[in-house]
Amino acid sequence: MWLSPFLVYLFLWVPILVLVVFSFNDGASVSVWRGFTTKWYENIFAGTISAGTEAARFQTELLLKAVRNSILVATVATLVSTAFGTMLAMALARGRFWGRKTLDTLFYLPVVIPDITQGIALAVFFNIVFETVQRLFGVRLVSGFGTIVIAHVAFNISYVAIVVRARLAGMDPRLEEAGRDLGANHWQTFWRITFPNLLPGVLAGALLAFTLSLDDFVVTFFNSGVGTTTMPLFVYGMLKQRVPPEINAISTLMILASIVLVGGSLLLQQRGNRARD
Amino acid sequence: MALPATFWLVVFFLLPLVFVAVASFMSRGAGGAPVAPATLAQYERTFTVFGPVLWRSVGVSLIATLISLLLGYPLAFFISRRRSPTTRMLLLFLVMLPFWTNFLVRTYALITIMQRDGLLNGLFQGLGVISAPLQMLFTPGAVMVGLVYGYLPFMILPIYASVEALDRRYVEAANDLGANDWTAFWRVIFPLTLPGVIAGSILVFIPAIGAYVTPDLMGGTRGLMIGNLIQGQFGGRGNVPLGSAVSMVLLAMVFVSVLVYTRWGQREDA
Repeated sequence: MWLSPFLVYLFLWVPILVLVVFSFNDGASVSVWRGFTTKWYENIFAGTISAGTEAARFQTELLLKAVRNSILVATVATLVSTAFGTMLAMALARGRFWGRKTLDTLFYLPVVIPDITQGIALAVFFNIVFETVQRLFGVRLVSGFGTIVIAHVAFNISYVAIVVRARLAGMDPRLEEAGRDLGANHWQTFWRITFPNLLPGVLAGALLAFTLSLDDFVVTFFNSGVGTTTMPLFVYGMLKQRVPPEINAISTLMILASIVLVGGSLLLQQRGNRARD
Repeated sequence: MALPATFWLVVFFLLPLVFVAVASFMSRGAGGAPVAPATLAQYERTFTVFGPVLWRSVGVSLIATLISLLLGYPLAFFISRRRSPTTRMLLLFLVMLPFWTNFLVRTYALITIMQRDGLLNGLFQGLGVISAPLQMLFTPGAVMVGLVYGYLPFMILPIYASVEALDRRYVEAANDLGANDWTAFWRVIFPLTLPGVIAGSILVFIPAIGAYVTPDLMGGTRGLMIGNLIQGQFGGRGNVPLGSAVSMVLLAMVFVSVLVYTRWGQREDA
């Protein structure tokens, strides 16, 4: 009655493998194999996507710009959300303050609330803020890099906090007590004991945030404005219009990037666990 | 220390949601903007005009969740039964990796397989199973496949965690008391892994019910879901109060699922 696990693996992997294999297909079709070629990759790196069309140069420029935007957005969003998320996790795990229980619930919300709701809610919010600013100061603000980063930080903080908190939960509080007993003040205890112990968790959280930010389409879509295109937005645009044969190669490169990022994150978590044991 | 994060979450997450909640009780003004007077008309329209899409979305998401469970449980069980930790890590990595691949890329990969001149039709025609290509894309079924493909790892990981935590001695005890494998599974193993099953189901159902990309690219007009309705109301010729009302209904559905989870999903952990 149940499908064998092997078939489930097949279901998960066949689409991805088809994409990778056909990125080397000498022919634009995705269902007929016409021999091996690396020309789609060469086109991407030579800057001639959709070669033969007048839009070639334009497309490639947009692609490169989208890659740059994605990396820039993800880097800034990761730095901010890792700092804030780590502080939040520390406060929730160690601190005793008014409203802690409420905050504990609040920070889980961005994880469960659908991204379409987050995306449009922020777009509505920015719209109102921009209109108010224009009415008061006569300055016309627009969506773009800033709004995307703000949006990404808003959903990343929670994920970072969850990962760092899990790490904190596994940490022996007696280590910190021992540090204080030996005369370390708050600051010294944090930087010499807590933080080095926490680091694998912080790095894993940062990598998770970076990957989520690179991957996000929906929230970015509603808060990007006209000028700023990220990689997922670029791919979406291609899927909505005419799909150039290079898309399989672009997708394969994106898969490769995820393997490196996720592999790195897992390695960090494992090494952290081993150090703990 | 919690201040910067709290500030960010309140201003850029909570406050925008409050705005949407307020907008959902307003009337439609010029260009679709929300204006006074306050009204319940948007909610009425949500349930009457959009009712069919609403309920179909719930149905599609529930079925996608059920399929994920039927595919995910045996796989999670299989992985947790491997003796070597390295094998288990590797098998889990093989589940997670497709999941960490960009969602649009994965959706596109499915499209290339399911489209009219795609691999699946080519295969079936080559084998002589069908004479003309099947229309697989742009149906509710295609959306279901896309959702299962997209969120299956969310089902596998929590179930894996709960099977992994299961004390084998319970199963041995059941066998000693004369239960066969089937009875031992349904009377002992399954109830004990229920928290994982419920957690996984919630984790699949929530993104499925709020999905936008999958129905947009794989559903066409016959596979529209709530997310697409919401998006449509926020663009040109849209109706922001109506879109806000649909968003609030979607949020209510999500909260109900989370409530179900906190009620039944965590009880057995204690």
